[in-house]
Amino acid sequence: MTQRNPEFTEDQLQRYSRHILLPEVGATGQKKLLDAKVFVVGAGGLGSPVGYYLAAAGIGTIGIIDNDRVEISNLQRQIAHSTKTLGVLKVESAKATFEALNPDVKVVGIAERLSRDTIRDIIRDYDIVVDCSDNFPTRYLVNDACVMVKKPLVSGAILKFEGQLTTILPGEGHCYRCLFEEMPPPEHAPSCRDLGVIGAIPGVIGSLQAVEVIKLVLGKGEVLKNALLIYDALKATFRRVTVPRNKKCAVCGEDPAITELQDYEAGYCRT
Amino acid sequence: MAVKVRIPTPLQRLTQGKEEVAGKAGAVIDIINDLETRYPGIAERISEGGKVRRFVNIYVNEEDIRFLQAERTLVNDGDEVSIVPAIAGGKGG
Repeated sequence: MTQRNPEFTEDQLQRYSRHILLPEVGATGQKKLLDAKVFVVGAGGLGSPVGYYLAAAGIGTIGIIDNDRVEISNLQRQIAHSTKTLGVLKVESAKATFEALNPDVKVVGIAERLSRDTIRDIIRDYDIVVDCSDNFPTRYLVNDACVMVKKPLVSGAILKFEGQLTTILPGEGHCYRCLFEEMPPPEHAPSCRDLGVIGAIPGVIGSLQAVEVIKLVLGKGEVLKNALLIYDALKATFRRVTVPRNKKCAVCGEDPAITELQDYEAGYCRT
Repeated sequence: MAVKVRIPTPLQRLTQGKEEVAGKAGAVIDIINDLETRYPGIAERISEGGKVRRFVNIYVNEEDIRFLQAERTLVNDGDEVSIVPAIAGGKGG
């Protein structure tokens, strides 16, 4: 039986009853979720399920940044949006969707492209960052900024029939540059726009990202620290490989070469 | 029994769509060079000047070769070699 808790309304007790029933969550854990602030980079294929499940879980504040508008080719996978929101800024469309699902949640939409000038100030207000971006410059910018301000980062990526997922706890485990030391040059960096993706795959990886975030907020279980999870949809397999912290890492190593955020776009044109 | 080499999605166009190919036991760099004889163009995607590119990782079973003997890491029959490049999709246009 759920105990009465003056911190929750009757609606909240019902809404979160399946959480509260879990000994690993309970009323205390649900309160942590409602107090949590999570920042999502990208309101697309991964950002949609991440935001949806975080909103459903009652994450109290969800920041989301994206400067795109909803296009019809997005709707095969970007489930935060709909035919009714074609042409609307993705952050506005996502905010309406997530807040409609759960009025306890405040969604802060930022209709900008993340930049090295603003990222540190933006993420400082949040507990956890979730990388749902679609390009390498943003991915390395987010990693480096999270290492510098010591924010936990749940990073997910997808392509065609594959997904990758890892959780970065700066100071404790590996970072994205420990995993992949350098950004691939554009000719080695195919995108979903070039190669395609099955729409449900960001659903798989985004849902796993949301679970990682919830575990971090609750302080329960093990996250993918020092590990990379690789999903192969065609083979229906998940493989987990170890990712040691690299002492020579350019950003989190013992003698880091990168101490300020860089011009990550150099040599890249946005696709 | 040969070595099983897992080919990542972006490189499967070079292996006629195969996601898994057989390799000969030996050093990782020799396995890559052997793949090149059957699948021209693949070595250049993975390595440059005998070194694995810094945005590609190679795992023998579950271990990253950078923390073993790098390109000289020996792979035995029955081992699995995974080539894992960084991928960036997520938002998807």
